[in-house]
Amino acid sequence: MTPISGAAFAWAAVVKIPLVFAGLLVLIAFWTLVERRVAGFIQNRLGPNRVGPAGLLQPVADGLKNMFKEETLPPFADRFLFLLAPLMAFVPALITFAIVPVAAPLPTRWGLVGTAIADLPVGFLYILAISSLGVYGFTLAGWASNNKYSLLGGLRASAQMISYEVSMGLSAVAVLVLAGSITLGEIVQRQQQSTWFVIPLFFAFCLFLVAAFAETNRLPFDLPEAEAELIAGYHTEYSAMKFSMFYLAEYSNMVTASALMASLFFGGWDIPFTAWDDSAPWSFAKTAATFVSFWTKTLAFMFAYIWVRWTLPRFRFDQLMDLGWKVMLPIALAYVMVIGVAVWALEALGLPFGTRYALALGALNLVAAVALFWGLDRRRLIGGAGARARGPWRAPAAAAAAARTGGAD
Amino acid sequence: MAIGVKTVSRPAGDTSYVRASLKGLSLTFRHLFQKKWTMEYPEQTSDAEWSLSKRWRGTHRMAVDEHGKAKCVACGLCPQVCPANCIKLIPGEDEQGNRYPLVFEIDEFRCIFCGYCQEVCPEEAIHVGVHYENAEYTRDGFVYDLERLMRQTHEVSTLWDPSDPRGQ
Repeated sequence: MTPISGAAFAWAAVVKIPLVFAGLLVLIAFWTLVERRVAGFIQNRLGPNRVGPAGLLQPVADGLKNMFKEETLPPFADRFLFLLAPLMAFVPALITFAIVPVAAPLPTRWGLVGTAIADLPVGFLYILAISSLGVYGFTLAGWASNNKYSLLGGLRASAQMISYEVSMGLSAVAVLVLAGSITLGEIVQRQQQSTWFVIPLFFAFCLFLVAAFAETNRLPFDLPEAEAELIAGYHTEYSAMKFSMFYLAEYSNMVTASALMASLFFGGWDIPFTAWDDSAPWSFAKTAATFVSFWTKTLAFMFAYIWVRWTLPRFRFDQLMDLGWKVMLPIALAYVMVIGVAVWALEALGLPFGTRYALALGALNLVAAVALFWGLDRRRLIGGAGARARGPWRAPAAAAAAARTGGAD
Repeated sequence: MAIGVKTVSRPAGDTSYVRASLKGLSLTFRHLFQKKWTMEYPEQTSDAEWSLSKRWRGTHRMAVDEHGKAKCVACGLCPQVCPANCIKLIPGEDEQGNRYPLVFEIDEFRCIFCGYCQEVCPEEAIHVGVHYENAEYTRDGFVYDLERLMRQTHEVSTLWDPSDPRGQ
């Protein structure tokens, strides 16, 4: 069956856009509930369970509340930017999802319909470009609020985004090298031909995971909105629906980052251990099954976001910058070199791309990952003040005593 | 290093980010399946592990004799002892010369729930109750008159346990 084209393509897009975005917004709304329930469970509480069966209508109640709350506009705020900022945060966060294929292509009477809204040829570049646009929203919100805490939050957001965008892009370069393409559709296909890229590129996955947490401003990297330090950072001055927009932006960033991790490293909509779903003839059953597969992976990552949030404490800002520039960036650069050389060597050896190729790279990654975690574990790469001190600290009295006995010898 | 910063070297296992993070993650994951301590309040008000103390001092209740009349003899000790001055008592006398309260009102907003009124009462008429659900739609509703105090059915406070008067 040929891919859909012409007027039918336009109509398919018109149908897909509201479908995907409505689905996304519903998922986000429910994920706010999941976050609160999981938070409760981790703290041995029940979490919100009053509105509707098992609290399922809580997002509706929250939504209504936010609609009818008073919108405040601080008198010294830059009015135009203040109103613009939530949109600037919200829109890029949502439209990033447009290129993620969520299932196998669906055959229809008019042709084969792709499940991404648009499988753009520039694929991953689009994601990098749009997702870093979102930070304008946070920075502008901080600036327009005319409030020192908000401004600090906005600045932190931009500094953090710039620092981690680099490592994120570099860790994804390895994926692009292996896939030989930057459209997400082909990256997924390539993984179906061999193995999921998490095996040959485990190391890149670790880097990508950390960078994705930082990019989405989630704990342990939620410096821009650190409640304890900055009250609420860039959205201190926002109320009602404008505040909700930031909230939705955060969660849709989370969805997109999870979907990306699933697509780049966990085979996207691929169903593991079977080749049934990999190729034509396409059918509705295949689309449905792969849809479930994709969302299982994505929701697992979204759960991990919550899980990590309620486990790890927040970084200090200098530690955040240290990690970004002094650890992640050099490691990511070195890793791109290593993978480049390894891929070149494997090509020179004439090994065809496939499972053995992937496992060979996987062995290399395993060595690198063990080395990295050994280094991290020994505090060679990041450490507290203790690790950075020249020698072990001794109490002044003990040191003086040691000096005296040393003198006596 | 900045001047005067005290740094202590510890074993890597104690301070490693990797091990500590993984340990933390496994801990929080185990918590997901542990017993939840939330008591779902309006449906459930007490359980085996938690209930109101018998010595809880809540809103008042007037004891009633076998004829359905208040036990109060309007001696005036409770308004006298009340540190918050929240009891209003106007005594009356019937044909046999028995004293009874014409007006007996307790302003629960002023009350500090010390329980002195119960302690001082010679007839064991006024009590503080083991009770906390007191919501009202108006402020006037918090001035309890005699009928209201007699109508209450909740348990009354055991100010102290006679076998353990010092509360040990």
